[in-house]
Amino acid sequence: MNYSILEERKKSIIFKNDNAYLDCDKDSIAGSISQRACVYSGARVVLNPITDAYHIIHGPIGCAAYTWDIRGSLSSGSENYRNSFCTDLKEEEIIFGGETKLKNAIQEVVNRFNAKVIFVYSTCIAGIIGDDVKSVCKDAEKKFGIRAIPVNSSGFLGTKSKGYKAACEAILKLMNNKVEKTKEPSVNVIGDFNLAGETWIIKSYLETVGLKVKSTLTGDSNCELIKSAPNAWLNAVQCAGSMTHLAKRMNEIYGIPFVKISFVGIDDTKDSLFKIADFFGDSDILLKTKKLIEIEEIKIKDDIYHFRDKLKGKKAAIYVGGGFKAISLIKQFDELGMKTVLVGTQTGKKEEYEIIKSIAPDDAVILDDANPAELELFLTENSVDVLVGGVKERPLSYKLGIAFCDHNHERKHPLCGFVGAVNFAKEVYESIESPIWRIVKEI
Amino acid sequence: MWDYTPKEMIERKSLVINPAKTCQPIGAMYAALGIHKCLPHSHGSQGCCSYHRMHLTRHFRDPIMASTSSFTEGASVFGGASNLKSAIKNIFTVYDPDVIAIHTTCLSETIGDDIPTIISQCEIPEGKYVIHANTPSYVGSHITGFSNMVTSMVKYFSKKLGYDNGNVNIIPGFVNPSDMRELKRIMDLMGVKCIMFPDTSGNLDSPLTGKYEMFPKGGTQIPDLIDTGNSMATIALGKFASEAASIELERKCKVPAYTLKMPLGLKATDEFIMLLSKLTGNTIPYELEEERGQLVDIMVDCNHHYHGKTVAIFGDPDIVIALTEFVLSLGMIPKYVLTGTPGEAFESQIKEMLFEAEVDGKVKSYGDLFTLQQWIKNEKVDLIIGNSYGKYLSRAEDIPLVRIGFPILDRPVQTYLPIVGYKGAMRVIEMITNALLDRKDRDDLDQDFELVL
Repeated sequence: MNYSILEERKKSIIFKNDNAYLDCDKDSIAGSISQRACVYSGARVVLNPITDAYHIIHGPIGCAAYTWDIRGSLSSGSENYRNSFCTDLKEEEIIFGGETKLKNAIQEVVNRFNAKVIFVYSTCIAGIIGDDVKSVCKDAEKKFGIRAIPVNSSGFLGTKSKGYKAACEAILKLMNNKVEKTKEPSVNVIGDFNLAGETWIIKSYLETVGLKVKSTLTGDSNCELIKSAPNAWLNAVQCAGSMTHLAKRMNEIYGIPFVKISFVGIDDTKDSLFKIADFFGDSDILLKTKKLIEIEEIKIKDDIYHFRDKLKGKKAAIYVGGGFKAISLIKQFDELGMKTVLVGTQTGKKEEYEIIKSIAPDDAVILDDANPAELELFLTENSVDVLVGGVKERPLSYKLGIAFCDHNHERKHPLCGFVGAVNFAKEVYESIESPIWRIVKEI
Repeated sequence: MWDYTPKEMIERKSLVINPAKTCQPIGAMYAALGIHKCLPHSHGSQGCCSYHRMHLTRHFRDPIMASTSSFTEGASVFGGASNLKSAIKNIFTVYDPDVIAIHTTCLSETIGDDIPTIISQCEIPEGKYVIHANTPSYVGSHITGFSNMVTSMVKYFSKKLGYDNGNVNIIPGFVNPSDMRELKRIMDLMGVKCIMFPDTSGNLDSPLTGKYEMFPKGGTQIPDLIDTGNSMATIALGKFASEAASIELERKCKVPAYTLKMPLGLKATDEFIMLLSKLTGNTIPYELEEERGQLVDIMVDCNHHYHGKTVAIFGDPDIVIALTEFVLSLGMIPKYVLTGTPGEAFESQIKEMLFEAEVDGKVKSYGDLFTLQQWIKNEKVDLIIGNSYGKYLSRAEDIPLVRIGFPILDRPVQTYLPIVGYKGAMRVIEMITNALLDRKDRDDLDQDFELVL
């Protein structure tokens, strides 16, 4: 069924060839069924992968329940973060304030679990009843000799982007003030959340080329390593949307430069590795980087050729959270000989859409903060073969009889680096080639 | 993964660890999805709506549509009226539903938005409806939210028009579409005309046609919702999710209300069918007697597999109450029975059942899975029955898990297969028995390993 498109939404949808301006980075329109989430959700997804921290949600139970271990961020150490702690505010606290309950909750965590670092998240309700989470945390630090870090993440303050910033500020509070640069060249990988073990892949590449990975943030990280992150020489930022703010702030405070990288797709992986090597300007690192790329490319060459042969000419659609991932995905589909006919993001920035416009194939439709009706319209009009998206897009895609690849929470294999490029091609191919679509077409 | 949980029980007053419930709005959203051509609307920040859609998507593996008022800081300070008004306008313009079912969130509740007044200031197209339920997340649980939205359906729609439509109203509770289908099948076999509300079958288990239907064929029709006021009786299945609406309907339209346990298991299904027969005077058809006989046959055939086995049950109160009764009838020992939803009636009902069966078990409403794990650490059980979150417990304590309830995020197809009625009871027995036997096969030493069990 074709729904009309809201007048206010029309500026957020353009065709590449139109040369029109795309309206983005704005509040969603009430009632338009946005796929976006809230500030708290942004903060939680960034901080939750810190494996040995205790994450207390100061608010009603829902905020805690829906974010409970949904990310699939793997850990090589502590599993603390896979629990859900909440003050579960009740009517009484809404009226009289929830600070006492929060104080007690922190005490209960400290007594029970020997917690060293606690993140306390403000939700909508904590914000609106005016609980002073900051001062409760300060008192708790004094009383128990622990770190209690407030996260200013009331849902109504904006979109996820604002939550990312709140999370970055909370991480900064955990870092040491004193900076002693490591002797050997070292790097922090930031903005990777170790979904399906992706942080481990990136880490292994960097170590292979002779770099010490000081900290990973926040995938498979722990509080001790985060503390020492300022000792690194360079920050490599994988998810630009969520963690560029942290990189910028670490640059201000500690003078650590950063590069934006992306390990999504072969080209971007190569570029990123060279970008990092170039920063150090060390001939040995550069040589090892070339060698690594050579070896890894040989390993995957046959597989990629195989899938490219099968996928050439197929049409792809992208609807993801941030702009940077969308850019990498367009390139990755190019690598596979596929044509991207729809590109959309929930929270893309103006600069990112400029890049998207410059690299998207002719006629591609580009949309910001799309709703399911718009997605349906353009997916159907363009007879798309596969959609790359997240949780809510999957059943929509399937109902339309379109193959699907999850590039967000639900993925169970890594999609980054060279190995990820093969996994991605394989998943796209398997989804497109599933015999099920033949049955669907016969309906 | 959950290895750190200490055995020692210390009372906790302020901290919920690993909740066994979630919040009201998702229950309201689910109930609203059981009305034909209805778009649920979340009046609050975007995150709430996004999370509820995501959670329901994962459980049902079907598209879940709902809109939001997209609160910003401004709306939170000055009230959400203008957001809601433009949302209503936009929704009717773009999606053209027959009903918008608004539920509040903790945010819009706390700032005190008066939804009926805001609705009354909106222009609602002819023949269309906007209804609402107050569902602050800081009260009750998702079951309370479900109950509140169903009660609102009665408040907004039910009308007494002075004739008897010969129907029995059924409020099925927070169950899967498959269960709603099964209840309708039973009533059909009983020759009972019924109005079921809400009814998510056909909406959240819709067939794949290659086209996307935002409003599939299922759901309770509006004329039927209005007509509930002229039915001969209302049967509320489950005290927690369904009773409030039936009482409201009795108050408003004088339709006699009956509350039963959720018909899960032999006895509860018997009671449901007997009540249907009593209300309508219809006799019980052979097909149902045959199904009942098959169930009893299975219970006899399998009894030695589960007799005397201990079990921990957690989840939504109506399901847990019925399950406890059922496993007792199977000769199992429900040692730990827990729900996250607050409510004294839960504890008293379970305690009575355990007392009658002479079972020494622990019971808790408004509990969490940390408590359940501590109980299990102090004395182990053979089996856990609960939703997907039970998998952490299952792994940490090395106890098999049977997945029943909401949400089930890690196993497919369950929303297509019922657990209610005699057929549902057979399925529950199959799940319980197979979980125990799979476990036995895995654990048996070679000399004990047998083909025939």
